[in-house]
Amino acid sequence: MLRPRIIPCLLVQDKGLVKTVQFKKPKYVGDPINAVRIFNEKQVDELTILDIDATAEGREPDYKMIEHWASECRMPLCYGGGVKTPEQAQRIFELGVEKIAISSAAIADPSLITKIAERVGSQSVVVIIDVKKKLFGGYEVYTHNGKKSTGKNPFEFAEQIQNLGAGEIVINSIDQDGVMKGYDMSLVEKVRAVNTLPLTILGGAGSLKDMGDLIKKFRIIGASAGSLFVFKGVYKAVLINYPNPAEKDELIKNNFEFLKK
Amino acid sequence: MIGLIDYGVGNIRAFANIYKQLDVPHKIASSVADLEGCTKVVLPGVGAFDHAMEKLHQSGMKEKLDELVLEKKMPVVGICVGMQMLAKRSDEGTADGLGWIDGEVKKFDVTKIQYATHLPHMGWNDIVPTKENPILKGLEKNAKFYFLHSYYFSCNREEDAIASTEYGVDFTCAVNNENIFGVQFHPEKSHHFGITLLKNFSEL
Repeated sequence: MLRPRIIPCLLVQDKGLVKTVQFKKPKYVGDPINAVRIFNEKQVDELTILDIDATAEGREPDYKMIEHWASECRMPLCYGGGVKTPEQAQRIFELGVEKIAISSAAIADPSLITKIAERVGSQSVVVIIDVKKKLFGGYEVYTHNGKKSTGKNPFEFAEQIQNLGAGEIVINSIDQDGVMKGYDMSLVEKVRAVNTLPLTILGGAGSLKDMGDLIKKFRIIGASAGSLFVFKGVYKAVLINYPNPAEKDELIKNNFEFLKK
Repeated sequence: MIGLIDYGVGNIRAFANIYKQLDVPHKIASSVADLEGCTKVVLPGVGAFDHAMEKLHQSGMKEKLDELVLEKKMPVVGICVGMQMLAKRSDEGTADGLGWIDGEVKKFDVTKIQYATHLPHMGWNDIVPTKENPILKGLEKNAKFYFLHSYYFSCNREEDAIASTEYGVDFTCAVNNENIFGVQFHPEKSHHFGITLLKNFSEL
């Protein structure tokens, strides 16, 4: 049986790992390569690494750094940050990265999704949509680490890109980021209703139970998290962690009720 | 010496890293000259079927590989689209496959998948060996691999299928006929399960 994916998401700033709260207050949590090695040992399903400086500073992806991560990863790696052209995407792909995430550049020009898919194949194109609640209801797409509002409706955008050639969509909730109080389920529901692509949710997971709730409702889905896998305990001590294979099997089994029928 | 076929499609480096870690002699082969000295080859592949076939033709290695695999019986393993290329044809495109294993590539019928409606088939899934095979040694029980594809290999000769996976239908996820092997999943990204399989291939 295909399993839902449980995916740590690491943020990189100035070559170090950080963790944010609502896209602000980056806290240093360690060295990326060290984290990759620990996640290898933990047999994670996939790993996402986002360079949060690249787009904000308008610079090229750091290819040397990406190559180093890719050569260490024993699981599929998704890289995001500063990718604006099919050439950049292809170069990253050739460094041994399975999935290329694009966000602000795809929101500015959705045809980029198709152009990148033609180079590396749809299966390797991930569109990340950073979403924030509007003051008077509804949601809006943001870019540049939550600093730039786009005026776009995330559900219209998710529907629009359905057939452009992306292989996966990641919904990243700015409001839930680092808060660890659970995923925004109504946001997920609305996206799932307009788009049938593989979907991954990021932002809000504070426990495996939160992931279980997501899996229970949406079955085959990517449950991604940052804080949950880099912090331990109420005081948020830095500790890279991930459920072991037995815990993960248990989590999935307990939430796949339709299997018990 | 294992030759990792580099024709501009697929993640060569991940294989090289694993064979380096296992201390197995390997090299990247991107031309006919590079194939000299190879005793086995890995044929990776991702993306669209036609594109992969076209790139293999452009690399100039296709004829030499036909000779090495079909006449000299050199062991080969096709990975993902590299496995699909072993077939005669694919629903995904119009190009001829290598035709090294009697079969064709079909698209999943999403209406049959009860717990998800999504393609690609992406993530970790079980493989169930349907017969004993040296490449699956040590993977008889509870082996899980990473998959990322929308099409699957359908054998015309049942005896070529060596393992299956369920995604709406039970499909063949590994094939073997004589010296020719293929796996739909990504052993290079499947932790110790994948390392076991790649090690088995190196020890054939």
